[in-house]
Amino acid sequence: MENDKLVIAGHEFTSRFILGSGKYSLSLIEAAVKYAGAEIITCAVRRANTKEHENILDFIPKGVTLLPNTSGARNADEAVRIARLARELGCGDFVKIEIMRDTKYLLPDNAETVRATEILAKEGFIVMPYMYPDLNTARDLVNAGAATVMPLASPIGSNKGLATKDFIQILIDEIDLPIIVDAGIGRPSQACEAMEMGAAAVMSNTALATAGDLPAMAEAFRKAVEAGRQAYLSGLGRVLVRGAAPSDTLTGFLRD
Amino acid sequence: MENQFLIDSDELTPEALERKHRLENDPSSRTNHMEYMEGQEVIKSDIREKVMSAVESYDPSVYKANDVMRALQKQNLSVEDLKALLSPAAEPFLEQMAERARIETRKHFGNTVYLFTPLYIANYCENYCVYCGFNCYNKIRRMKLDMEQIEHEMKVIADSGMEEILILTGESRAMSDVKYIGEACKLARKYFRMVGVEIYPVNVEDYRYLHECGVDYVTVFQETYDTEKYETLHLMGHKRVWPYRFDAQERALMGGMRGVAGSALLGLSDFRKDALASALHMYYLQRKYPHAEISLSCPRLRPIINNGKINPRDVGEKQLCQILCAYRIFLPFAGITVSSRESAQFRNGIVKIAATKISAGVSTGIGDHESKYTGKECDAEGDEQFEINDGRSFKQMYSDMSGEGLQPVLNDYLYV
Amino acid sequence: MVKINGKDREAAGKTLSQILEEEGYQPLRVAVELNLEIVPKAAYGSTAVKDGDTVEIVSFVGGG
Repeated sequence: MENDKLVIAGHEFTSRFILGSGKYSLSLIEAAVKYAGAEIITCAVRRANTKEHENILDFIPKGVTLLPNTSGARNADEAVRIARLARELGCGDFVKIEIMRDTKYLLPDNAETVRATEILAKEGFIVMPYMYPDLNTARDLVNAGAATVMPLASPIGSNKGLATKDFIQILIDEIDLPIIVDAGIGRPSQACEAMEMGAAAVMSNTALATAGDLPAMAEAFRKAVEAGRQAYLSGLGRVLVRGAAPSDTLTGFLRD
Repeated sequence: MENQFLIDSDELTPEALERKHRLENDPSSRTNHMEYMEGQEVIKSDIREKVMSAVESYDPSVYKANDVMRALQKQNLSVEDLKALLSPAAEPFLEQMAERARIETRKHFGNTVYLFTPLYIANYCENYCVYCGFNCYNKIRRMKLDMEQIEHEMKVIADSGMEEILILTGESRAMSDVKYIGEACKLARKYFRMVGVEIYPVNVEDYRYLHECGVDYVTVFQETYDTEKYETLHLMGHKRVWPYRFDAQERALMGGMRGVAGSALLGLSDFRKDALASALHMYYLQRKYPHAEISLSCPRLRPIINNGKINPRDVGEKQLCQILCAYRIFLPFAGITVSSRESAQFRNGIVKIAATKISAGVSTGIGDHESKYTGKECDAEGDEQFEINDGRSFKQMYSDMSGEGLQPVLNDYLYV
Repeated sequence: MVKINGKDREAAGKTLSQILEEEGYQPLRVAVELNLEIVPKAAYGSTAVKDGDTVEIVSFVGGG
């Protein structure tokens, strides 16, 4: 566990819990980061507000990596535009691509996401695309230059947990990049399960923002993610299926 | 050097004999087996590095019963799990492995077994591979069929009912060039619905050409993934270049082939490491080329003409069965072919567990299908590469497989 | 007229630095796009807007 690092495009992280910063007050961010043990925090890009002089950057502790997303983008071109603006804001090359062309379920558009990934990777961004867990898309994202793949567990903000579990497992098994489960994780136990499956990290926002005690829930998530990771690294134990040993009915033909 | 392999022919000139002995005894007289020869295409690939780093770190003795049990319960096995299943710790679990393997085989292939036959069209070889009957210093009857003879052989085979054929040559580009093989494959497409080749490794453009001639499947045996051992067994010729051989399947896929097959020849070196390497070679190919059909074989060493002492050493039937079950559980979707090197009893048993494809009506000689199929004498025949063990005809195999409760399939291929 | 973050403003002839100052933005916390082209911070003082231009001024906010 000590040398176990999450590596994204050559950048090393100890924490495997990525924190969202949406839907809660800026004043809670510092505590959330602290209790979550987070080293990466996401944020969005919006039209600047002239009235409010509070800026999220003033609330994020030093040393935490900022992961701007492209929320609001409805196609690849808009995502690229938002990503470029985010980089101009001067907090590094990380970008989480989020492209929705559906306002009801907010499901990501995989095809446009591949297109945006390709453009931004060529421009030197560290691209972390949020996607619907589809193996062919994941392979396209790898070829397009993605740094990670971020499949959704269930619709964003739903807190419904690992509805796409089997398909995320396929990505974990087949894709050589870190698979970061993003969206829909509503409880620490679900985060833990994703980590036990072999996910490289878990990202959560709404589960914390809507919790009774945000910092306490952030800590619960941190522990769950660590426990799941440790279980994965330890190799889960066997389940006893039956007591009796089988007879050699299948292999009885072997001669030596 | 294993003495079991080395045989001197009394027909070699003193000069040839001297050269042969020098190659055998003086490593400095041999070329660098890791260096490409002129004309051998280099491709950019990380597969070799991935496979070999896993093999180099593999210590079969560290795995325990618990590792095997855990592996057997996983839906998707990791490379570590495969290592456990190939280790001595898995031997007491052979029946459980067979049970799991059978479930996977039936899940992916149903109750079927595919039949095919190999056709050797030439046995000229310019390599000196000490364990092979075709090696250039072995005194055998050499032969290369012309197109008329090839067509005749194909007719005989096709008349037996076979629909899939594997065209083989010895590894001599000079005697059996790509054009010659391509022409044979064009003929094969007239008589068979699926054509594969097992020939010397070639460049991407050659594979593309062969694909245009109707070939869809390329089989290349790496013999052993132990490069040091390889060096001591493949003393001369193009085949001596180990990395060029390793990349053959990938070049075939780059040339448009639909599927590739490969394996080590079990018994040449540490069979557990070679089995691991064989499985990972195909595994990483499929990961990189997800559309590719992959297939594994499991040849063990067999006696050859002029040397009956050659044997598979420590790879017994139990070990072979363990390897095949591990392949199946790790790669549930892969084809697995069991060669006629194995006995009828072994093949009947293993098709119910892990194998999906077996050859029938096999001859590893040249131009002798008519005599072997009909008993009709024929004077011009080339000698065999190795002794087969299961000599069942296509008809016999078809009825035996049905008798075992399996559905023999001749072809399920839609040619596109 | 110049469109600044969706609103029409009488700003033709002004530099981006002047606009940010007058509208009350924090220059270090924003990125500026002029007619869909990003303007580097160093060029705010030398970039003047003209009639019909569109200016977008953005910053980071909370998000998941």
